[in-house]
Amino acid sequence: MPVYSKKVMDHFTKPRNVGVIENPDGYGKVGNPVCGDLMEMYIKVEDDIIKDIKFKTFGCGSAIATSSMVTELAIGKNIDEALKITRNDVANELDGLPPQKMHCSNLAADALHAAIEDYKKKKKK
Amino acid sequence: MERIYLDHASSSPIDSRVLEYSKPYLADVGNPSSLYEFGQDAKNAIETARKKIAEFINAESEKTIIFTGSATESNNIAIRGVAQRNIKDGKKLLSSAIEHISVINPMKHLQKNGWIFETIPVDKYGVVNIDILNKKISNDTILTSVMYANNEIGTIEPIKQISEIIHKKGKYLHVDATASAGKIPIDVQAEEIDLLTISSNDLYGPKGAGALYIKPGVKIQSVNPGGGQERGLRSGTENVFSIVGMGEAAKIAKKEMKNESKRLQRIRDSLISEIYKIDEAYLTGHPTNRLPHHASFRFSHIEGESILLNMDMYGIQIATGSACSSKTLEPSHVLLAIGLKHEEAHGSMVMTLGHTNKLSQVPKIVKATKETVKRLRQLSPLIK
Repeated sequence: MPVYSKKVMDHFTKPRNVGVIENPDGYGKVGNPVCGDLMEMYIKVEDDIIKDIKFKTFGCGSAIATSSMVTELAIGKNIDEALKITRNDVANELDGLPPQKMHCSNLAADALHAAIEDYKKKKKK
Repeated sequence: MERIYLDHASSSPIDSRVLEYSKPYLADVGNPSSLYEFGQDAKNAIETARKKIAEFINAESEKTIIFTGSATESNNIAIRGVAQRNIKDGKKLLSSAIEHISVINPMKHLQKNGWIFETIPVDKYGVVNIDILNKKISNDTILTSVMYANNEIGTIEPIKQISEIIHKKGKYLHVDATASAGKIPIDVQAEEIDLLTISSNDLYGPKGAGALYIKPGVKIQSVNPGGGQERGLRSGTENVFSIVGMGEAAKIAKKEMKNESKRLQRIRDSLISEIYKIDEAYLTGHPTNRLPHHASFRFSHIEGESILLNMDMYGIQIATGSACSSKTLEPSHVLLAIGLKHEEAHGSMVMTLGHTNKLSQVPKIVKATKETVKRLRQLSPLIK
């Protein structure tokens, strides 16, 4: 059992921005239930600014906490700025993650990026 | 907040009577190998403990018992010591697919060094497949290891039946009784067990002691040479405090097991019937032939480490076989062996009851479980 920081436990017990957005401007899905982590990220974008963001996550404590944290980091940001949010940024904002969780349960930034890429693709069409 | 501890299979708190009994040996004790009186007091205390362990499992005599530092060490001495000593009779080793890693890993270690190691599959309840055991066992099978009962799913194995099959063709049966000792009676003579592992910690004894029963006549050699303590099989100065405590814990367990197990079984049955009502909650392990203090489940669409953390918010400590809570990041081999898919094995919850648990705690545990499952499912993308 890894030992989690207070911030991780705070985001695990009171996750921010849980849910789905109907007809989102961007949607991203990463992970796989076979591996024990699956994240879905929904974004609403106006003038390239992330106006709303929601997530759903199946996974361990850090999977849920990182999802919650990335939504807080991304909301209100320009999409190009949001694309710069890294896995490390998310872990740092949570006061760190146990080493074995850095790789497998730190997919939240990837889910955010996937949602933004989806938005960009839709916009081009 | 009232703490409700439901992880006795991982560690059972030391019984206050055991602590009181063995405390004098913690601070003020000689080396049992020293001839002066001070040392001999320690030696006598160990021999008294040895008698209590022998009586606890109905062994032929106290000479059949050696003390070790843990169940893991007992398993290593049994498996490696027998395999090396009996190599002339064969190189084949068997174990069930759901053994503890302290059995599986020494077996794999031997496999790397030229022995042949195969596992026997189990059915969906975790019971060893007797037909396959019958097929796999041969004259050169020097050791087969099957646990008395499984720590993760609670299933009790048909040891007597297994022992009869093994002794028809193969040589020795080693039984890891760590999870079952003190919960259900063990009789090494009636069940014809050749080697048996038990641990102090699981009997409400102090950590740092284990025991290995070796039937008279079983050929075994030392795997850690040294000063020759414990018949030369476990060299190293004895942990007198823990050994003395383990003996006393076994004595208490022998006396109180019947009533205590009956009491725990009532709590367990109540927990199982209530938790089973949760949507897509499934019992893991055998529905009836299981340890009296053991309730284990899996829930669809959620993950075990999250269950553990969420239950802890209610002051309730449980265990899980989820990958995310293990060092290897692999889901439990036991849950995979009973046929669960990876995504199913992730959602496991194990509750093991003990002394401090009461029937009156059941509603609180059930409520916490229901709320935990509900909350995590609200977060889960697997439910649409």
